[in-house]
Amino acid sequence: MRPSDDTLAGYNFAYLDEQTKRMIRRAILKAVAIPGYQVPFAGREMPLPYGWGTGGIQVTASIIGPDDTLKVIDQGADDTTNAVSIRRFFATVADVATTEKTTEATVIQTRHRIPEKPLTEDQILVYQVPIPEPLRWMEARETETRKMHALEDYGVMHVKLYEDIAHLGRIATSYDYPVKVNGRYVMAPSPIPKFDNPKMDRMPALQLFGAGREKRIYAVPPYTRVDSLDFEDHPFEVQTWDHACALCGSTESYLDEVVIDDQGGRMYVCSDTDFCGDRQAAQAQEAAE
Amino acid sequence: MSSPIIEVRDLCKDFVLHTQGGVRIPVFNGLSLAVGAGECVGLHGPSGTGKSTLLRSLYANYKPDTGSVLVRHGDRLVDMATAEPRDVLAVRKHTLGYVSQFLRVIPRVPALDVVAEPLKLLGTSEAEAREKAGGLLARLRIPERLWHLAPATFSGGEQQRVNIARGFVVDYPALLLDEPTASLDAANRDTVVALIQEAKARGCAVVGIFHDADVRTRVCDRLFEIEGYRHAA
Amino acid sequence: MPFDQNTATPGDERPLLRVAGLARHYGDRIGCTDVSFDLWPGEVLGIVGESGSGKTTLLNTLSARLDPTAGRIEYQTRDGEVVDVYGLSEPRRRMLVRTEWGIVHQNPRDGLRMAVSAGANIGERLMALGARHYGGIRDQAIDWMGRVEIKEERVDDLPRTFSGGMQQRLQIARNLVTGPRLMFMDEPTGGLDVSVQARLLDLLRTLVGEMGLSVILVTHDLAVARLLAHRLMVMKDGRVVEHGLTDQVLDDPHHPYTQLLVSSVLQV
Repeated sequence: MRPSDDTLAGYNFAYLDEQTKRMIRRAILKAVAIPGYQVPFAGREMPLPYGWGTGGIQVTASIIGPDDTLKVIDQGADDTTNAVSIRRFFATVADVATTEKTTEATVIQTRHRIPEKPLTEDQILVYQVPIPEPLRWMEARETETRKMHALEDYGVMHVKLYEDIAHLGRIATSYDYPVKVNGRYVMAPSPIPKFDNPKMDRMPALQLFGAGREKRIYAVPPYTRVDSLDFEDHPFEVQTWDHACALCGSTESYLDEVVIDDQGGRMYVCSDTDFCGDRQAAQAQEAAE
Repeated sequence: MSSPIIEVRDLCKDFVLHTQGGVRIPVFNGLSLAVGAGECVGLHGPSGTGKSTLLRSLYANYKPDTGSVLVRHGDRLVDMATAEPRDVLAVRKHTLGYVSQFLRVIPRVPALDVVAEPLKLLGTSEAEAREKAGGLLARLRIPERLWHLAPATFSGGEQQRVNIARGFVVDYPALLLDEPTASLDAANRDTVVALIQEAKARGCAVVGIFHDADVRTRVCDRLFEIEGYRHAA
Repeated sequence: MPFDQNTATPGDERPLLRVAGLARHYGDRIGCTDVSFDLWPGEVLGIVGESGSGKTTLLNTLSARLDPTAGRIEYQTRDGEVVDVYGLSEPRRRMLVRTEWGIVHQNPRDGLRMAVSAGANIGERLMALGARHYGGIRDQAIDWMGRVEIKEERVDDLPRTFSGGMQQRLQIARNLVTGPRLMFMDEPTGGLDVSVQARLLDLLRTLVGEMGLSVILVTHDLAVARLLAHRLMVMKDGRVVEHGLTDQVLDDPHHPYTQLLVSSVLQV
């Protein structure tokens, strides 16, 4: 209960009251202790609608301190509505420093991407999760999916992948691609492109996942094994592009297709705006020298 | 006579019809009978005296009230009146054959396989079982074009001959025959008589009901008068 | 004549399933009670009786889907271990059900995933047991479709595009693909046309014989029972009123209820 002169009058630091934060931290600790396991928590009403990152915000609010530097991205970009409003929210209620630089951030809240620059042990990545249950597609009953997790009864996950191959000749799932964490729990990585799945594996940063509507928190501790499900004869693969980024020329990053005029003209650019900006700045400096 | 293959001791059978006010219909009482290897016993008596009931009781198709039906099964005796179902089924599979009056048709199964089935269940190869089944069907004058059809559409006489072939396809140590020649012409009747004589020659104990006096005299070593065992009403 | 060790030889063989004093009550109401029997390898046991007689409650209790109120079920596993089915931990019980048992429901919708292809329906059990080779799984699915007389070209079709008889055959394939030892069937031919029924019965008879399966079959159709079952249990008001060799129970019924049941069948 740290009164702050700088934050909005009448609000606690980081919006949530301390009891709530304590409850959420307990859920986070449990989630870290059981990698990939979905821990239920008493989600609070937040001043934005479900689907806009209420789960991620509650996790961020519970772990952020006054000395932290926060970065928020939405589809890799720092400048989209969702990212901007969440960043402003924390600047207002927690008076923390914010940044668009991946390397400067201590906490990164994300929707649908993992930054291209490798994260470090000093950073925490907070994912916003719409549907935390990877088995939901095959099994509608929550009582049953919980049992399936408990008993490691995961045959249905491969049924879904089998169907992809049978109907499309390959595994077509391209985002929210299911993973197995630490050889035990099957987990939904949130709707990140499967391009980002390999980054989750043995990542030095702590990864926390918050689902606001479904009130679940789960986690991948640093350096934990994260395997994407696949078949021996149809191994997991990430997307590749025939193009390089039109702005920075990167051939290794995840590209967005952008329509640029009314004639159907389009270009491919990095979805990670900070990564792309850094490369462009470096190229400009090189050119200037 | 060496020890019998089938030995009936003090057998008693009533029917109680619960759907008709619990009326009790006595059939026979205190019936005893022994049949040795290679012997054929004809059950004899007017209709309604319980010949079929006795035959079915020997096969454990009917359950006698008291008494025993001992069948030499391998190196032990099984009492068909009290044995566990799996033991009864084992006796039927290996030791005791039964030719009923009517063929119970199995949907979609061709005549040749109907006949070969008991042999296949004993582990005989498909080819060998079918060959033996074909041989029997041929002897019983079932045209080969019918072998691969399910017998549901066959005439009564054809069905009965398929039934006989099925009963004789395994060389059982004991055979029960319920009017096997009832609807057959003279030629097929002769074939059935020959089959019974061959079975006896290899040591098979036979109990049968034969209405045809000529068949009876040709196959039976003795007759068993069942009427003497009727309940004293 | 070769003697079959499976039958009629008293010795070291044990029943596959041993049921003692099994009961399932719904509050004061009896679902089924005082049921005891042994099921031997390769044996097909029919449970007959009219609707509400407790057949399905008994089947669910036997197949580890409904906790019994009293009694015990022992099962001898593939490895020869005798386990108390309801004494097992849930993971082990599920594993047992998945690897050694199969369940064919009356309504294929209860036993199939209607929204995934026929191939995936058959392959699911294989994948649940760790199969990770798509091509291998698919080959096995196609092989099993052939064995239950479904054309290979339907492998990627959804079961909802199948006829009732095909759905039922698919359900059977889905169960048999992992080579179970004990199958539970609840009215497997219920609701099918007579001709479709005959084909299914013939198929079941053949598969059960070839694979040496033990089966517990619930049916109200005495003709189905006669064709498939070695033994019958007749149920009334939750109790077994008569139990014995199938043809004996049907041809020489002793209990008043069995006599009524048998005499009520329409002759064709």
